[in-house]
Amino acid sequence: MSETMTGAEMVVRALQDQNVEHIFGYPGGAVLPIYDALFQQNSVEHILVRHEQGAVHSAEGYARSSGKVGVVLVTSGPGATNAVTGLTDALLDSIPLVCFTGQVPTHLIGSDAFQECDTVGITRHCTKHNYLVKRIEDLPRIIHEAFYVARSGRPGPVVIDIPKDVQFASGTYTGPGDVIHNSYRPQVNGDTRAIEAAVDLIAKAKKPVFYTGGGVINAGPEASRLLREFAKLTGFPVTSTLMGLGAFPANDPQWLGMLGMHGTYEANLAMHDCDVMINIGARFDDRITGRLDAFSPGSKKIHVDIDPSSINKNVKVDIGIVGDCAKVLAEMLRVWREKKYQVQAEPLKSWWGEINKWRSRNSLFYKQEKGIISPQYAIERLYALTKDRNTYITTEVGQHQMWAAQHFHFDEPNRWMTSGGLGTMGYGLPAAIGVQKAHPDALVIDIAGEASILMNMQEMSTAAQYRLPVKVFILNNEYMGMVRQWQQLLHGGRYSQSYSEALPDFVKLAEAYHAKGIRCADPASLDAAIQEMIDYPGPVIFDCLVAKEENCLPMIPSGKAHNDMLLPDYEGAIGDVIDAKGKQLV
Amino acid sequence: MKSHYSDPATAQIIEKRTLCVLVDNEPGVLARIAGMFSGRGYNIESLTVSETEHEKHLSRLTIVTSGTAAMLTQIESQLDRLVPVHKVVNLSAKATIERELALVKVAQFGAERSEHRMEALRLATAFGAKTVDATLNSFIFELAGPYEDVERFINLMSAIGLVEVSRTGAAAIARGAEGL
Ligand SMILES: Cc1cc2nc3c(=O)[nH]c(=O)nc-3n(C[C@H](O)[C@H](O)[C@H](O)COP(=O)(O)OP(=O)(O)OC[C@H]3O[C@@H](n4cnc5c(N)ncnc54)[C@H](O)[C@@H]3O)c2cc1C
Ligand SMILES: Cc1ncc(C[n+]2csc(CCOP(=O)(O)OP(=O)(O)O)c2C)c(N)n1
Ligand SMILES: [Mg+2]
Repeated sequence: MSETMTGAEMVVRALQDQNVEHIFGYPGGAVLPIYDALFQQNSVEHILVRHEQGAVHSAEGYARSSGKVGVVLVTSGPGATNAVTGLTDALLDSIPLVCFTGQVPTHLIGSDAFQECDTVGITRHCTKHNYLVKRIEDLPRIIHEAFYVARSGRPGPVVIDIPKDVQFASGTYTGPGDVIHNSYRPQVNGDTRAIEAAVDLIAKAKKPVFYTGGGVINAGPEASRLLREFAKLTGFPVTSTLMGLGAFPANDPQWLGMLGMHGTYEANLAMHDCDVMINIGARFDDRITGRLDAFSPGSKKIHVDIDPSSINKNVKVDIGIVGDCAKVLAEMLRVWREKKYQVQAEPLKSWWGEINKWRSRNSLFYKQEKGIISPQYAIERLYALTKDRNTYITTEVGQHQMWAAQHFHFDEPNRWMTSGGLGTMGYGLPAAIGVQKAHPDALVIDIAGEASILMNMQEMSTAAQYRLPVKVFILNNEYMGMVRQWQQLLHGGRYSQSYSEALPDFVKLAEAYHAKGIRCADPASLDAAIQEMIDYPGPVIFDCLVAKEENCLPMIPSGKAHNDMLLPDYEGAIGDVIDAKGKQLV
Repeated sequence: MKSHYSDPATAQIIEKRTLCVLVDNEPGVLARIAGMFSGRGYNIESLTVSETEHEKHLSRLTIVTSGTAAMLTQIESQLDRLVPVHKVVNLSAKATIERELALVKVAQFGAERSEHRMEALRLATAFGAKTVDATLNSFIFELAGPYEDVERFINLMSAIGLVEVSRTGAAAIARGAEGL
């Protein structure tokens, strides 16, 4: 299957051969030949965003919600540099992307030509891998290799920088075939001995906990299914990171809620007091561990991760298993059944007794007073009114993101798209657009803060153009709430630059973007207003005016251990909770 | 272990390690490796690189680095996950031959000129260094040897009239019949 065509045509053909249906991009001089090739075909639909950062986040939302590789196309220079935040976001959250960037012609590289930047140099640190294609002969191989690298092993973003002369040059196209990479061969099957040792440890556990993460989502729906099966078989409690929500159903009695800095009391205490911790596809992030010297001091730890560098990076584990979550879980189940293992029924019962005591602290408690909407209540109502629908949630970054994680419950994987590692304000709206593109009939809601939403607000225009009925649900507390909370905790309540001054009228703004605007400030009419949003067939901006100085709790204050949480019923002054040493931490 | 919440840097034992890294010799590969070290805050004490298998376009790097045991393991995993890296081998865990080349310029012999000239030549002979350039006022010696020998040689020459040193950093290979 070899044909002669131009570099630009090869890009489009390779996209078709990779079964790419949608790409997100923005044109410019250095990619005009590719835009011309796109113009002359119908199988790949191009979605024109309004800012290249938006293109990358859209591709992330598309990828995370569908399991496919997200594809981006931007021009050289400013097109590429605008994409950098999105690429970094995708790298930290392990999202598979291929991003094509235009480059000045090869003979001009290095001459500070118009719209030239060292794209491979700039993106080297924020991609899993990147390529500068200097010869047309290399182009088809590189594109197919890039898709393979992006999606296999620990997924991540890959940049392909294509000089304009290479786009015009003609050469021989070759199809995907089986990419056999020279050097890159991720290990997917876990070591059998290590798996057997892990299962043995699991069977002996008296106070076990499953600590699951984004890796389960990355590994595909089969991994979630196997996790559920293993959890049912053992009856062990399950908690997850922010990135892994939905892999285990939140409506299951074995579910402890999210763990970590804003996780539940029961999840964090189970982590602290467990005797066997089973980490499946999570990376012991600092939002999880808190103080390392006080992190789960008495437990034996098992860690399943496809990236060897994740194992023993932050926390030393007893059994590290390099492999894909789905493959390793399947093996664990096989070993468990083959050796007819049984759980420690009696100790497990008293472990659940302890957990239920922690649960009864009701650490997600909040007050809904008359006349003013609590942000948590707003999320709870949003959940109640959408849970029986085909709903996907994205978020911006801040308190609203954490409240969404705590109070919106997910029963299926790939339904929850959030920027965890980089914490990028401005992620949610473009991500929602990507999700909606992948799931045209779904209800897609960006749970937003009034500050974050302004960072990529221009993408409302994209939603309008493509008639994507995304809903932006703003918890408007008139503060960069998360910043304000930290200033209250750490800096004597001096709210330096964290008030959202001179906000736009979000209802009028919605109308300006050909969308519907809804405002609600009264708890009594909240349900009806949310229903109105759901029922509207086009994009909506919902300006939900909520309590202004509500804090996001529970919280493990910086520098504290898991068993030293700040709970919603804390009566003291929260400004005194963190000591001088803790104040230096983030 | 590095984290926002890691233990304060108490006295941890710092070791040196020599790594051999086999990579595809593609553009930017050196920047990728050096960037990984700088980006993650690791040390490079020396780094040598050259294409060693021309048909396969494979380059071999020898990197001498230092850190705690946990950090060194992280460095190996972080190198290994770079896409163009074929193999990372900890040569310090094996019986290894390690050599570096130094060009050492000695001049400005001072008041006891002839005495110092003689001493420089005697030391060079003792270390097995070659004299590759000589003028009435200077020598350039070429010395190949383990890091420690080169260090000692340079220290001794400093007392006599050291002007300039150029060193390659270590190249290393495991002893015995077995290949990488
Ligand atoms: C304001 C804010 C507050 C936050 N607070 C919290 C909090 O309270 N709690 C919380 O949990 N997070 C919180 N986060 C998110 C946090 O920063 C991290 O992003 C998150 O905890 C990391 O999740 P993870 O460990 O699941 O790792 P991910 O980043 O999802 O990484 C996945 C891991 O799985 C591995 N992997 C990938 N694919 C596979 C596969 N197929 N098979 C096996 N392994 C695989 C990867 O190598 C990696 O190690 C917060 C973020 C923000 C912005
Ligand atoms: C691009 C970017 N800049 C700055 C920050 C730091 N930051 C984290 S949360 C936050 C405030 C977010 O405010 P808002 O969107 O109103 O959400 P709220 O916390 O009020 O729910 C800021 C500034 C960030 N995460 N991302
Ligand atoms: Mg806000």
